[in-house]
Amino acid sequence: MFTPDLIFKIVLIVSIFAITLVIAMYSTYGERKIAAFMQDRLGPNRAGIFGILQPLADGVKMFMKEELIPDISNKVLFILGPCLAMTTALMTSAIIPWGSSINIGGTDFSLQITDLNIGVLYVFAVTSIGVYGIMIGGWASNNKYSLLGALRASSQMISYEIAMGLAIIALIMSTGTLSLKEISAAQSGFHWNIFVQPLGFLIFIICSFAETNRAPFDLPECETELIGGYHTEYSSMKLGFYLFAEYINMFIASAVISTLYFGGYNFPFMNDMGLSSNAVAILGVIFLFAKIFFFIFFFMWIRWTIPRFRYDQLMRLGWTVLIPLAIFNILLTGAIIFATNN
Amino acid sequence: MTQFLFYFLSFVAVAAGLMVITAKNPVHSVLYLIIAFFAIAGHYILLNAQFLAIVHIIVYAGAIMVLFLSVIMLLNLNKDNEPAKSNVLKLAAAVAAGLLLVTFTGTLKGTESIIAAQPYDDQIGYVKALGKVLFNDFLLPFEVSALLLLSAIIGAVVLVKHDLK
Repeated sequence: MFTPDLIFKIVLIVSIFAITLVIAMYSTYGERKIAAFMQDRLGPNRAGIFGILQPLADGVKMFMKEELIPDISNKVLFILGPCLAMTTALMTSAIIPWGSSINIGGTDFSLQITDLNIGVLYVFAVTSIGVYGIMIGGWASNNKYSLLGALRASSQMISYEIAMGLAIIALIMSTGTLSLKEISAAQSGFHWNIFVQPLGFLIFIICSFAETNRAPFDLPECETELIGGYHTEYSSMKLGFYLFAEYINMFIASAVISTLYFGGYNFPFMNDMGLSSNAVAILGVIFLFAKIFFFIFFFMWIRWTIPRFRYDQLMRLGWTVLIPLAIFNILLTGAIIFATNN
Repeated sequence: MTQFLFYFLSFVAVAAGLMVITAKNPVHSVLYLIIAFFAIAGHYILLNAQFLAIVHIIVYAGAIMVLFLSVIMLLNLNKDNEPAKSNVLKLAAAVAAGLLLVTFTGTLKGTESIIAAQPYDDQIGYVKALGKVLFNDFLLPFEVSALLLLSAIIGAVVLVKHDLK
């Protein structure tokens, strides 16, 4: 029953789950420190040395807060909202190749929980159902501001999904596979897809910002217009789940961007240094996480630099700029593939 | 195991489908419909049609139902402001649904012989097999439907551009 492979998979699943949560936890701390740095403040510095225990203090605070459920809201759906947000945020990590494979006692263990032959589409599907947590929570609150936040989230998600899908199509055309494992393996060394698909990458990262509801696209929770948007009525750990889901989404989006466009676990000269395959695999995992941390930093950098869009500007950018650009990118990719094949 | 999953998914699909038409609140109906779609996607995976399953989720659960849900939330339909339907309308709906049932039953009755004639291929639902069939045997219909969808996207873009004269 418990084959070495199964045990390894269970260990991998549990550790990725734990790493995701810890990174999401410390992203909140990182965000506040980076915001403070950019605004010439100190940021959290009271809990522990450099404020390093701040996430724990925040967590305890969240659990201790009084829990309020509005009287006229729909209770089941009100609780289901944050649960769905959290679940869909965690689902994508199952198919990301966190490293090549590690050899223990003569057998190879892949550092990917499962490799689907429709990998990229799975990422896309999970992203597209991610909006339900926000929509259900916003509607069940029975509050006009929450409902407006939920409606904004859904229309924003649908609009940017099209451009994102078209960007992915161009990527699939140049890689010739949907499997994330094969896409990663094909970028061995320094053959990263960013050099093949620079325009596609630009479209993809803009859409990732919109899909994770991060600034400058955080209109569903736009506090200047909608108080708190979809989570206006939430308190205690349910609010915590929504906020946490956003950070998990950011981590996963960074991991997907690194895997699709920045070589995943590959790094330059990885095969020329004369290291054993295990050492290369472990270095690869470290490099992947370095890339992910860079993109998390990039997400925060943008948030504290660029002001929020107006809603009509957001829609205009999505439909009249990104979609035509993405179609042009597909045409360009097709033309280049046609020219190089002849 | 597969058989157990089949019965479980079928039960979920049928139960959710019944809840769609019996739920009083339209938002609940939409949510039950989403559950039904997920159960059907599970059936596709049992049939080894991974691509179909994931496209089913992306298109139906991820796009169409989100649109449904947002429209219903925007209209905020509930018992108070819903106009009462006349008996003629109810009868028409019942007759139309009954005819649809007859059509489905008639279509499904003939499928047993088709299944027996085709040898089982466990690669049949994979992207590679599907692509080969689409681009070899059905190239024209495939391209025409792709063009149709593309023109819909371009139509939406043109609608957004006000100053296009």
